[in-house]
Parts: sequence; C-alpha cells; structure tokens
Amino acid sequence: MSRPAESDPPGEAKVARSSRATRVDGSAIDGAAIVATGLNKNFGDVEALSDVDLEVGTGTVLGLLGPNGAGKTTAVRVLATLLKPDSGSATVAGFDVLREGNALRENIGLAGQYAAVDENLTGAENLTMVGRLYGMNRAGARRRAAELLDRFDLSDAGDRAAKTYSGGMRRRLDLAAALVAKPPVIFLDEPTTGLDPRSRLALWETIEGLVSDGTTVLLTTQYLDEADRLADRIAVIDHGRVIADGTPDELKDRIGGERLEVTLADYGRAAEAASILSGLSEDEPVVEHDAVKLTVRERKGAIVEAVQMLSEADIGIDDLGLRRPSMDDVFLSLTGHAVEADEDDEAGPG
Amino acid sequence: MKRLLVDTLVITERNLIRLPRSPDLLLAFTVQPIMFVLLFVYVFGGAISTPGFTYVDFLIPGIIVQNIAFGGFVTAIGLNEDLSKGLIDRFRSLPMARPAVLAGRTLADVVTNLLSVIVLLITGFIIGFSFGTGIGEILAGLLLLMFFGYAFSWVFALLGLMVSSPESANSLGFIAVFPLTFISSAFVPVDSMPAALQWFADINPFTFMVDAMRSLWLGSPAGNSIWGAVAWTVAILVIFAPLAVGRYRSAAGT
Repeated sequence: MSRPAESDPPGEAKVARSSRATRVDGSAIDGAAIVATGLNKNFGDVEALSDVDLEVGTGTVLGLLGPNGAGKTTAVRVLATLLKPDSGSATVAGFDVLREGNALRENIGLAGQYAAVDENLTGAENLTMVGRLYGMNRAGARRRAAELLDRFDLSDAGDRAAKTYSGGMRRRLDLAAALVAKPPVIFLDEPTTGLDPRSRLALWETIEGLVSDGTTVLLTTQYLDEADRLADRIAVIDHGRVIADGTPDELKDRIGGERLEVTLADYGRAAEAASILSGLSEDEPVVEHDAVKLTVRERKGAIVEAVQMLSEADIGIDDLGLRRPSMDDVFLSLTGHAVEADEDDEAGPG
Repeated sequence: MKRLLVDTLVITERNLIRLPRSPDLLLAFTVQPIMFVLLFVYVFGGAISTPGFTYVDFLIPGIIVQNIAFGGFVTAIGLNEDLSKGLIDRFRSLPMARPAVLAGRTLADVVTNLLSVIVLLITGFIIGFSFGTGIGEILAGLLLLMFFGYAFSWVFALLGLMVSSPESANSLGFIAVFPLTFISSAFVPVDSMPAALQWFADINPFTFMVDAMRSLWLGSPAGNSIWGAVAWTVAILVIFAPLAVGRYRSAAGT
C-alpha cells in the first residue's frame, strides 16, 4: 500500500474534508455521489453491463478494475449520460442519469484513454472552449484555462497546437479539460493506459492531488497497482458483472498477498514440490507451465523457507521469486479463469 | 435558446481558428477550384456551345454552385474525426446545447463557402467573367448560394456521422455529389444531353440552383428556377437537419 496512511480508513474520514464535495452551485450532495442500481446494457447479444450496482461515497475514489471489454467504459458512459441503460437506474451528484441529464452534466468531468482534445487547437484554446461550453464567459474561461495550464505544468506549451504534445501532455490537457468547471464528480476512464511509466507516475500524482481536495472520482483501470494506489474502494468487473468489491486491503486478502513462483530444474518433480511447499500457504499450490506457484500471506522468510524445504528434499531450483499479484491473479482467484483477451476492446461497446 | 446560440458560435469559432493553421485545407478551398475553372474554360470551353453566353459567364455560376456543394465535406470529415477521436463524447458530456456541435460545424462551412466563392469570383473576373445584373440581384444570388451550401452541409453532417472513417466519408460523398453536379446545367447546356439524362437534369436541384444563379447574376430568364432552387434547399434542410441531429444524439451512444 503506497497510499498515504492518513487516508485510511477510507470513506468516512474523507467526506467532510472537501471543498469539492458540493455541487457546482454550492448545494450539498445528499448521500453518495454516485449510486447505480441494477444497471443493464446489452449490445446485440453481448451483455456489456449485467445488474451492476455501484456506490461511490462523496469525496472518495472508486477503482473499477477489469480487463478490456469487461464493461468499465460502458459503465462510465452510462453514468456520464453518454449512453442510456437498458434498465436500472443511477444518480450522479444526486441527479438522475435519465431525467436530469443537463444538471448532471454541469457537475461532472470526463477524461480518459482517448485524451479527447482538439489537436488543431492550442492547449489554451481547448480549455477555453470547454469552459465556454460549461457556460462561462470568454474572460472567465480564459482565466480558468490559464490557471489549469499552470497547475498541470502546461503553461509553456499552452500556445502550441495540441497535436505537438506528447502522450503524457495530452492526457494532462484532457484531465485539465475535465476539471474546468471544478465539478464535484470526475470520471477517469483508463487515464494511464498507453502511457510510459514516468508519465504514468506523474499522472497518478496529479490525480492524488485532485482527490485530496475532495473530488469524488470513478476511475477505471486494467492495472491492480493503479487501483491499489489511487482508490479507496475497488470494484472488480468481468463480463459486465461486478464480481467483487471492497477496499484494496480486503480485496488483496481475498486474492491472498504475494505469489511465490518456483521454477524447477526437473519439472518431473513438480507435484512433489507442490506438496512440500503447501505448508507455506493456506491455498493449494498450483503447477503451471514449468513453475510451481503459491500464494504467501507473510512474505518474510518465505523464500528462505522454500529454499530450505526444497533442498532438504533434494529438488533442484532454477529460479525463485516473489511477485505482487497482478490483474491476472485477481481474476484467477476471483473467477477461476485468467483474463480472457477480448477482441472488441473498450473502443467498441466495451 | 441563448445557450444554443452561444454554444453554436463557440463551436463555429473552434472550427474556423484551425483554418489558417492548415495549409492543406486552405489549398483545397482556393487552389483546387481555381484549377477547375481554368481547366474547364481553356480545355473544354472551346468545344462546348453555350448559346447566349460566353463559356466563362456560363461556367462561373455553375462551378460556384458545385464548389458550394462540396464545401460540406469539411463537416463530414471533421465530424467523423471528432467521433473517432472521442471529442464527440467530450461534447456530449458537457452541459452544452446538444445540437450546437452540428449547428456550429455547418455555420463554419458558410464562412469557408463564402471564402471559396470570393476566390472563384476573383478568378472569374480575371479571365473575363462579368455580372449582367444589379447589386440587388447579385446579393440575392450570394444569399441563395450560402443558403444552398448550408443545407448541403447538413447532408454531409449526416454522412460524416454514419460512415466508419473520414476516408469513406470522402469517397462516399464524392460518389454521391459528383454525378449530381455533372448531370445538371452546371457545365453544359442540358439540351445537349441524351433524353434520359435530360429528364434527370431537369429535376436535379443543381440545375435549379445553377439556372437561378445565372438568372440572378447574368440576367437570363429565371423561369421557375429561383423558386425551384429555394424549394429544393428548404426541402434538403428540413429533411437532413433533423436526421443529422437525431443521428448525433444516438451516434456515440448506440
């Protein structure tokens, strides 16, 4: 957990601290900032969302974790009023997605993997345009654009066409565009997908800054570490269904800590090694390809113990290491199957 | 209503500020039509008999109408790009007036159309075109042109929202509009065509438009061409604007 300690326990502690926990007109949001109940959405015979319930407390961050095509983007699109659900209901900032679209849109910002900025406009022009479309006057929109360019470290590039921006700069501009109206609720659809590690880290820090002033965030991601770092709660979504949700710690408990992977010199002795190592783990070790994999809850000493146990049995080790759980592990633990590569990714009905 | 107007102008501005930065786009608006005028006048012109007119006088209203119709391509291609790049999603997530994205696009086309009309007129003057009517008729003709171009932009808006890529918007639009403009009175007198084509050319909106422009700018008899042109333009607008707006509402959302 790299999340600062003061943010725990999540939820209640955060609700009150905010300047962004109210609607743009200053009124308070009653209850959770995002509530979805029984959302269904089909594309042909693909169930993009199936009976999805979500609740994001005001001022908290929900990470919606799942592979491509799991329904993350569809969920965001329904909540941002871009898409009508087939059935079910949802409110954002207290406004109904179906009946109060305009008031709802006043109170949300949307940013995502596509970095939807006009490449032919400069950074400043992009933000000014968005500000004006939120209803600001020209001077106000310009002022806000300058503020945001400064905050997102884009001042120097503000007068350059966005097509000259790097991937990371584009995402920052896109994120800035979502913040123009200082909305209390932000949707971030895979904000770091396709970014290099450095830009990714920088964007995480930006998002953390955003969250610290009380904005409610729904973040979709394919990366467990991203959800772990940024989210107060994580909902795992697969084939349009929420299959697990909880705090990152609860979830990791269910997944079961880190993984010990032992590659054997002689694969023929895998079953024997697995039975020896089963003492280290509550779960049964898995034999996969040429390695024995098992979950270890207490990492201290696990490697040393594993080495001792195997060498006592005279089983040769080629390689041995501890790995943090990945999305694949989450899915393996929760669904019993690995992440299925889905052809139609989030660009489609997702 | 005020919101719709403001948002429309914001989007119009957005689509126009890119113009000076896109030399290729400017070239398409200026050099390409000039090239067409010169080709027609000097290559085909000598072989085409246009009783009552010099070929330059005959051609300029025709080629201007053709250009106006093609002006909407910017809308088709631009909207399609906005759709594929996620900008339409951004717009639809904003509390803006929803028809403004299309209204702003098509309004921007009016400005670029005006630009290309001016370029073509200047080219025409240089090679011998002259108006044969008074200022009132000339301005009425200009107004009719802008109105016709605006209506056509909505056809292209619908096209841009329906096709899968800017390239297919380009080629489909071309396939649809190019024959329409040629099987009309724009480049040759209709009575020089075979009977079947004549029948088509006589009901073609482009023929009404071109004849109306010749009447308003050169002083030839109007017949029913002006009213026919206005009726066609209104019909195109009334049919295609709601279709395009409906398509936009559902576009990113289906």
